[in-house]
Amino acid sequence: MIKVEGLTKRYARNVAVDNISFEVGKGQIVGFLGPNGAGKTTTMRVLTCFLPPTSGTAEVAGYDVVQQPMEVKKRIGYLPETPPLYPDMEVAEYVEFVGKLKGMPTGDLAAKVADACERCHITDVRKKLIAKLSKGYKQRVGLAAAIVHNPDVLVLDEPTAGLDPEQRRETLSLIRQLAGDHTVILSTHILPEVEQTCEQVIIISKGQLKAIDTMANLDRRLRGAEIIQVEVEARQGTLGRDTVQQRLEQVAGVQRVTFREAKGQRLAFDVEGTSGQNIQPDLARTVVAADWNLVELHAAGLGLEEIYLQLTGAGAPANQGGAQ
Amino acid sequence: MNPRNTWIICQKELKGYFASPIAYGLMAFFALICGYFFYAAVGWFVFQSTQQMMMRGGAMPMDVADYVVRPVMGNVSVIGLFLIPMITMRLFAEEKRAGTMELLATSPVRDTEIVVGKWLAAVILYLAMLGIAALNLAILFLYSKPEVMPILISFLGLALQGAGLLALGAFISNLTRNQIIAGAGTFAICLLLWVIGWTSEYEQTTFSKVLAYISVTTHFENFAKGVLDTKDVIFYLSVIFFGLFLTVRSMESLRWRA
Ligand SMILES: Nc1ncnc2c1ncn2[C@@H]1O[C@H](COP(=O)(O)OP(=O)(O)OP(=O)(O)O)[C@@H](O)[C@H]1O
Ligand SMILES: [Mg+2]
Repeated sequence: MIKVEGLTKRYARNVAVDNISFEVGKGQIVGFLGPNGAGKTTTMRVLTCFLPPTSGTAEVAGYDVVQQPMEVKKRIGYLPETPPLYPDMEVAEYVEFVGKLKGMPTGDLAAKVADACERCHITDVRKKLIAKLSKGYKQRVGLAAAIVHNPDVLVLDEPTAGLDPEQRRETLSLIRQLAGDHTVILSTHILPEVEQTCEQVIIISKGQLKAIDTMANLDRRLRGAEIIQVEVEARQGTLGRDTVQQRLEQVAGVQRVTFREAKGQRLAFDVEGTSGQNIQPDLARTVVAADWNLVELHAAGLGLEEIYLQLTGAGAPANQGGAQ
Repeated sequence: MNPRNTWIICQKELKGYFASPIAYGLMAFFALICGYFFYAAVGWFVFQSTQQMMMRGGAMPMDVADYVVRPVMGNVSVIGLFLIPMITMRLFAEEKRAGTMELLATSPVRDTEIVVGKWLAAVILYLAMLGIAALNLAILFLYSKPEVMPILISFLGLALQGAGLLALGAFISNLTRNQIIAGAGTFAICLLLWVIGWTSEYEQTTFSKVLAYISVTTHFENFAKGVLDTKDVIFYLSVIFFGLFLTVRSMESLRWRA
């Protein structure tokens, strides 16, 4: 649905987007991540035909953004970083105006407008002047306008910025509903949102593509060998640190055991297993068999946040996988 | 160019004008000043004719067109120059500042449709203002029988002059994201195009003839006299075309550089 090849966008002096390529299949939700100034907005502006690429090509819904911009624009719904609203219009009037701009037939326009308002929870303010809405409501109006013509591709630049937690959850679930017959690309700085919503993640930093993968793969690739955190406690008296360590090392599949900390009577260890082998049940059984209390046992996978920081941070490896 | 899209843009722009106090303010001001000119011109006319009556002992037929219509239209044309920047300044500058240009530019409408739609809305507002001026002149018909044709022709002239300047104003508004700069720039251009013809009144050099040709107001003089000259019509039509053409081109090039 979206196909970007060797896309570069240069402003007068600096390169905002540097030779990035990626593809997004139909019906997918893709999270677009990167620090401030990474080039997310710029990429989205190229996809929506607002800016022409300096070099490289971008295709949306099978049409080239430079060759056939009209066809692309018809099939795209775009929510820019600052919602493009006219303060002196009423909410429903604005959504209707955008619908008309998108070339919707007048026949069922009113019904479609009402539907979009309903989905974005702005029906109760539809007669209000946009100037008088709060920031979050303005954001919702922008979103309603972006989906009113039922576009094939939705490009959302920080769609949840300024929303309250309740509304943020509803917006994300709306986006999830929309995926399926719509392809969605959304940028955000709130990582848990991506973990909840997106099937695929694109991480860029300083204009360069750092990673593109599914959530699950990213997680696996960066985690390497699985680390399991174990916390034990003696039933009575104190527990020798070395005794426990030796016992844990004897469990099948364990590569290394490192002592982490002592929390009063409790001892915490990081156990590194062989990848692909589930050592958790054996660890649990060993501890219980030794007649200790098993206080905690869980796999410490890297969250998206760690992955993100690793890839975009100063000490990031030059290229982790990169484009595929 | 798709007329439906042009109309959608134009309608939105008109609503914008009438949703804010701009349109009403401009129209009220225009009505006031036209009313004053009209009052002054009629007063002058009455004064002159009574004087003639007293001196010669009988009324000479004086032409209402010469004494009332022409001066009023001349003044209205100059006032128009001052009001045009106020009509066009927000046209594009405001969309750029507020980021709504991003909506228009990513919707399936052509630059030409956006430009013509916006210009058309400005022309409609301007014509509404002329309509108010016309109401004043309509009073003349209650008391006398002035010739209709010259009046219509001078209105046509006003409309054409306004439409041309509005197109130039649209272009200037498209060069900046600051309304004030757009307004001041357009005002400067209007002023320049007005005074530029003055030298031709006493000079006959080619240079001053060229200047007089460029001056939008010299072309209006014939219209004010009730003379319809195709040369003048063509001049105004080319100003309109030129202004709109520049605006469309600047939409494209500004986007490329954005
Ligand atoms: N109109 C412009 N002219 C010149 N440079 C620009 C322009 N817009 C963006 N840039 C530059 O391009 C780079 C990428 O900006 P962009 O807005 O795409 O970042 P972003 O990933 O959206 O950041 P954020 O998370 O802050 O929204 C930045 O270095 C920025 O300074
Ligand atoms: Mg951005």
